Amino acid sequence: MNKMPAVSKGDGMRGLAVFISDIRNCKSKEAEIKRINKELANIRSKFKGDKALDGYSKKKYVCKLLFIFLLGHDIDFGHMEAVNLLSSNKYTEKQIGYLFISVLVNSNSDLIRLINNAIKNDLASRNPTFMNLALHCIANVGSREMAEAFASEIPRILVAGDTMDCVKQSAALCLLRLNRTSPDLVPMGEWTARVVHLLNDQHLGVVTSATSLITTLAQKSPDNFKTSISLAIARLSRIVTSTSIDLQDYTYYFVAAPWLSVKLLRLLQCYPPPEDTALRSRLTECLETILNKAQEPPKSKKVQHSNAKNAVLFEAISLIIHHDSEPTLLVRACNQLGQFLQHRETNLRYLALESMCTLASSEFSHEAVKTHIDTVINALKTERDVSVRQRAVDLLYAMCDRSNAKQIVVEMLSYLETADYSIREEIVLKVAILAEKYAVDYTWYVDTILNLIRIAGDYVSEEVWYRVIQIVINRDDVQGYAAKTVFEALQAPACHENLVKVGGYILGEFGNLIAGDSRSSPLVQFNLLHSKFHLCSVPTQALLLSAYIKFINLFPEVKATIQEVLRSDSQLRNADVELQQRAVEYLRLSCIASTDILATVFEEMPPFPERESSILAKLKRKKGPGNLPDIDARRNVNGNTEHSEKPEPANKSSFALLADLLPTNRPRPASASPIMLSTATLGSTPPITALLNLNSPPSTGASLLVDVFPESSCLTAPEVSEENFFRFVCKNNGVIYENQLLQIGLKSEYRQNLGRIYVFYGNKTSTQFLSFTSSVTSPDSLKTQLIVHAKTVDPIIEGGAQVQQILNIECVSDFTDAPVLNVQFRYGGTLQNIAVKLPVMLNKFFQPTEMTSQDFFQRWKQLGAPQQEVQKIFKAKHPMDTDVTKAKILGFGVTLLERVDPNPENFVGAGVIHSKNSQVGCLLRLEPNTQAQMYRLTLRTSRDSVSQRLCELLSEQF
Amino acid sequence: MNSAHRQGKLRLQKWYTATAERDKKKMVRELMQTVLARKPKMCSFLEWRDLKIVYKRYASLYFCCAIEEQDNELITLEVIHRFVELLDKYFGSVCELDIIFNFEKAYFILDEFLMGGEIQDTSKKSVLKAIEQADLLQEVTWTPGVTSM
Repeated sequence: MNKMPAVSKGDGMRGLAVFISDIRNCKSKEAEIKRINKELANIRSKFKGDKALDGYSKKKYVCKLLFIFLLGHDIDFGHMEAVNLLSSNKYTEKQIGYLFISVLVNSNSDLIRLINNAIKNDLASRNPTFMNLALHCIANVGSREMAEAFASEIPRILVAGDTMDCVKQSAALCLLRLNRTSPDLVPMGEWTARVVHLLNDQHLGVVTSATSLITTLAQKSPDNFKTSISLAIARLSRIVTSTSIDLQDYTYYFVAAPWLSVKLLRLLQCYPPPEDTALRSRLTECLETILNKAQEPPKSKKVQHSNAKNAVLFEAISLIIHHDSEPTLLVRACNQLGQFLQHRETNLRYLALESMCTLASSEFSHEAVKTHIDTVINALKTERDVSVRQRAVDLLYAMCDRSNAKQIVVEMLSYLETADYSIREEIVLKVAILAEKYAVDYTWYVDTILNLIRIAGDYVSEEVWYRVIQIVINRDDVQGYAAKTVFEALQAPACHENLVKVGGYILGEFGNLIAGDSRSSPLVQFNLLHSKFHLCSVPTQALLLSAYIKFINLFPEVKATIQEVLRSDSQLRNADVELQQRAVEYLRLSCIASTDILATVFEEMPPFPERESSILAKLKRKKGPGNLPDIDARRNVNGNTEHSEKPEPANKSSFALLADLLPTNRPRPASASPIMLSTATLGSTPPITALLNLNSPPSTGASLLVDVFPESSCLTAPEVSEENFFRFVCKNNGVIYENQLLQIGLKSEYRQNLGRIYVFYGNKTSTQFLSFTSSVTSPDSLKTQLIVHAKTVDPIIEGGAQVQQILNIECVSDFTDAPVLNVQFRYGGTLQNIAVKLPVMLNKFFQPTEMTSQDFFQRWKQLGAPQQEVQKIFKAKHPMDTDVTKAKILGFGVTLLERVDPNPENFVGAGVIHSKNSQVGCLLRLEPNTQAQMYRLTLRTSRDSVSQRLCELLSEQF
Repeated sequence: MNSAHRQGKLRLQKWYTATAERDKKKMVRELMQTVLARKPKMCSFLEWRDLKIVYKRYASLYFCCAIEEQDNELITLEVIHRFVELLDKYFGSVCELDIIFNFEKAYFILDEFLMGGEIQDTSKKSVLKAIEQADLLQEVTWTPGVTSM
């Protein structure tokens, strides 16, 4: 174990090897730390010593420090020595210096300047190995400072005629990295056209790197790289028709250039199918050839051969699915995947299930996918790997439609009995959604949900049982059946509390429908429910009490029995204040209210307004938007969607729950607490008004409503904080909200029509925050325009700690409103409730555009219609500083076009707003008048709402 | 990308996105636990956080890559294999000890092969040529401005 390695290539650093060997010999963590501290002291004294160190020693010590750091220890010195190594003329010294900098970069500004200087020298050295080291360092560090220093230099190196191939490769990937980290700093320009032509390069390594770069760039601005389509197809065609020896070293286990093929296929997925017919048929030929090759006998038994071959095949299938236009190819792809479903390689079965999931959403291949249902069901039963079974569940969900829903639901239910705990909740949600969506008769739906509760009650979330109640209330044809079924289900000696909830609610509303049968007479129903009472938690008990008072209304004959129960000490003196209050109020109500009044108060619940199932929203939250095959998006032949449910932004707020269950013709309580209700505006609802007139205890009506939402909703809606909103128009990061307890910081990034916000919640106190939740809600009008998906956060934030939440955002169309972040938590026993307007504004979806003066004015004229232009003249609120103004305009998201406006004092900019539905080009001009301390801002876009909103946002900034 | 020892010791790690040191440690720990718990015949891919993990075991070492939703799993598996081949070729039948004692070399090979998370050159010859050239250059002193090669 502790021998030194036999091979030590290059210049073995003996001292380093001894040190590593020592560390490995350490018997305990303590011994290791001791040895390390000794070494650190030694290195420190060497670095501080009077004697200047030679390059070799410096390299050796820096390398030791690096080793110590990689072991997981902190290093707080040696950076300077590493930087010194960068300017060494010895290759290995330089190399170790760069490695140290790449691994342990420090944003110390003095050092960064020195590092950048060394890099600059190496880039200018014309020595390819040095240039490569420098490029690697830039890519490895990838910091903003580096991007600022080199983003304009690297494109030059990349397209220069005399750059060596290996340097071109590094330059391409370095640029790719910078474009990922700081896209705003990588200038588009004349070089982009020349980069596309690298696809024609002789050197396949260069082509590979260039393809990666072009793909990244094309994802952001497809229009600028359209010419890459034909070049990529030509290149792909040459590869797939080549024999395996043609490409020599780029052939991998008898597969011609698999990496490059995959990359080219990825690049083509940035675009729709080519319009040019010749090009299109050439591509189709390529794809067919790839599909054909899958049927050929393997040229090698090695797994590398089949992996590489199938990697290309799967990427080709992705492209076919992306284009979604060639029925023959789609069906062939589906058949190919069908073969893989039964392959002995687990990896292939996994990928086939995954890929088929997307095929299921294409109208052309949906039917073909459905033919594999038995294989998929079998996979669910026999696969030994849970991640494969998970894919099978996803696929069954995606291929489900009215014709196979019953079969799929039955299979999922039976799988649920043995499913891994980790995926149970998701299966429950999926079953609930499918059962509702494809229910032909709702008795089946009711049965399915009750089965869900029976099999996996613990995983049935509130959304699921709320939903079944909503549906039963809305469909009178199923109410009798539901009452009968829950009554029967409740007979089981041990039933889940969720069933008691559903049972209590449904019998309270519709118990009368089965009361005619002596086996389910009112008294039998009541006794059955009450037999579960003592086993239940407080919220369920509260719900049962409400069911009891409804019983008094429905069945006068059990009034005395129920009153006795309410009157018992265990109720009237219940330690829980909510239960006690209900018992007291219900008892009193049952004594003083006439039957008419009772009947009015406990009128049957009116139907709920039709709305999207909150279950679907929950599943979307759980899976993340990308992972959930959207069964609603399946297109039919006319291009319409089969189901028209609109996506709803993920919404975990208790208000959504409220909204799901509360009928709209009752006032939506600002607070659900019984006391508050009497002060709320109640005039519109006769039942409760009647109650108030009676001067009876002030709450009863409300309690009925309270049952179906959790305690946390007992809150007044907080005022939405907007004070920092406009500060985020031109910047993406900062603190959006702060009070004595909590600080909320944001870091945001946007790309085309997508965005991501990292929300940081900092607990400023030394005490835990409990039951912490945060969710995002949008006003109704915004819901279809902007989709915000919030990941869940830990419910506890320790004192002094910070937690992060990720919000994923998609801009569907242009919008004006802003979503609201709702935060709730308990601090020292009190519930805190904060709402903050999230700074997601239209301008965040800008992509800057470069254009010449001539282009600018030509477009400016084209956008001359009165409604396209919005102008505002306003007084400067801040000092009129040119540099600050420039920074703000850039931060707004547009390019700042220099030397376009004849008046050099003016600022003009251009950009494109990206939304899923459209792209709106936008030109702006800002004219300062320093004497008057005024600005005139003019915006022209093709859409009036966009011009209007952008003007509102930007005019607040100066 | 990283490679870890069977008992959960990290031997090599490389991050292609900016990540805080503390988060890195947490992620590595979590990832190692997940991957080490998997049994031999299971599939080489798994969903983890927002990413997909592709991993493969070579003797006592696990090599893992985290890739994004739309990335190709199988080709990533071969990225790992090609990297192992490169190590093997360079060290001559590589073992874990080689990577421990020559960790800097392992990093250089990785850098030469992958850059910014993308494959730089898929040709084994090209990559090794670059590394070996560098080895030859070790003690050669360069004066700036020299262009001969």
